[in-house]
Amino acid sequence: MTINIQLPLTEEHVRTLRAGDRVLLSGTVYTARDAAHKRMAESIKEGKSLPIELTGQVIYYVGPTPAKPGQVIGSAGPTTSERMDLYTPELLEKGLKGMIGKGHRSETVKQAIIDNEAVYFGAVGGAAALISRSIKSSEVIAYEDLGTEAIRKLEIENFPVVVINDIYGGDVYTDSVAKFRQGK
Amino acid sequence: MKEITYEEIVQHVELMCQKANFDLGEDVYTAFKKALQTEKSETGIEILSQLVENADIARRDQVPMCQDTGTAVFIVELGQDCRITGGSLIEAINEGVAKGYRAGYLRSSMIYDPLNRKNTGDNTPAVIHIELVEGSQLTLHMTAKGGGAENMSSLKMLKPSDGLQGIKDYVLDVVRVAGPNACPPLVVGVGIGGNFERCAYLAKKSLFRPIGVRHSSKEIADLEEELIQQINRLGIGPQGMGGSTTALDVKIESEACHIAALPVAVNLNCHASRHQTVQLGASV
Repeated sequence: MTINIQLPLTEEHVRTLRAGDRVLLSGTVYTARDAAHKRMAESIKEGKSLPIELTGQVIYYVGPTPAKPGQVIGSAGPTTSERMDLYTPELLEKGLKGMIGKGHRSETVKQAIIDNEAVYFGAVGGAAALISRSIKSSEVIAYEDLGTEAIRKLEIENFPVVVINDIYGGDVYTDSVAKFRQGK
Repeated sequence: MKEITYEEIVQHVELMCQKANFDLGEDVYTAFKKALQTEKSETGIEILSQLVENADIARRDQVPMCQDTGTAVFIVELGQDCRITGGSLIEAINEGVAKGYRAGYLRSSMIYDPLNRKNTGDNTPAVIHIELVEGSQLTLHMTAKGGGAENMSSLKMLKPSDGLQGIKDYVLDVVRVAGPNACPPLVVGVGIGGNFERCAYLAKKSLFRPIGVRHSSKEIADLEEELIQQINRLGIGPQGMGGSTTALDVKIESEACHIAALPVAVNLNCHASRHQTVQLGASV
């Protein structure tokens, strides 16, 4: 079964979602990866405002390829999330509600997801040409000098993800893998 | 003596970079289709279907299958009787990479230096390994190597007493720790022997052998088969979300080493295993 969610994420959404749920997301998400996270963390440290209001929002960890003429965006699949782990707890404390990426999160991030009632979604790494079809518009809104790593505002439609970490401590990467493991 | 021009190399490299990123190799595509028949997880089947569809879109629309269009890695077999005219081989490869990545709307993922981290803007420099061989041909093997799987790769100097079991345990450990991060289903490249730097190179080189083609030595081929079986029992599955398809293949290359040493390197390749080969100067 697939769950359809219209963003922004509400508390009810977050409480309903369980690790392993397949979800189609529609609405607004913001892109940010390594360099943008580093810069946001520096802004927080210096007491400056962030280029995006994080409350209730979803960040997608992606550095797309350049758009060909006529394309909204180039290929745009998820990058490995753990590189953002250092910066994630303070973004969650500032109201970030969801993240889309791929791969394991640290124990600290998993706890921060529980404490701040947020959700971590996984998209299919390497399915970037297919995923781009779910992106209907893209606009660079901050850190333009970072190129592929700039912050973009994306409008997405039926963007396919799986819930990896939920607020109940569920984790697809450990729970589902155990189901299919054979032997020791 | 066979002459190969700088321009010829640039043109071929430019096309290789684009073709690698747009057209998934038949060996990988066939491996996806085969995995769809055997995968036990419903989510795993859904993911594999998406990967097939993704490869179809990339090929049809000539767009990159993955946004990480990789580091351009070359293994060059340079015939000792061939001569490059009009400029340097290294510069020709780099110019081809720059042109290919720019004209193909491929992402530049290379930075000038690891500390200041400023993007070079054209995905150069390429990583270039040159092997001097007999003959008058120039063979360029290229891969667009993604960062996610490269980050989960690993090398260990085992003790000779660790033996075959130690090698197997280590390879399984690397795959287990990588889990979802390396974008499974994987192609697992293993280097055994050589010294510290040769071992890593052997692991990378093994990935250039097409999926399904076994090593010419029966002993190594059997080890490849055994590791495929064992890795696919780990349960990691497509994208690490659970399943029976964790590795599409395992490749091993081995080499002579010191009496005190048993180096083992595991170079992981994500499912976007993008390899191209071009031979120049074939007929004199």
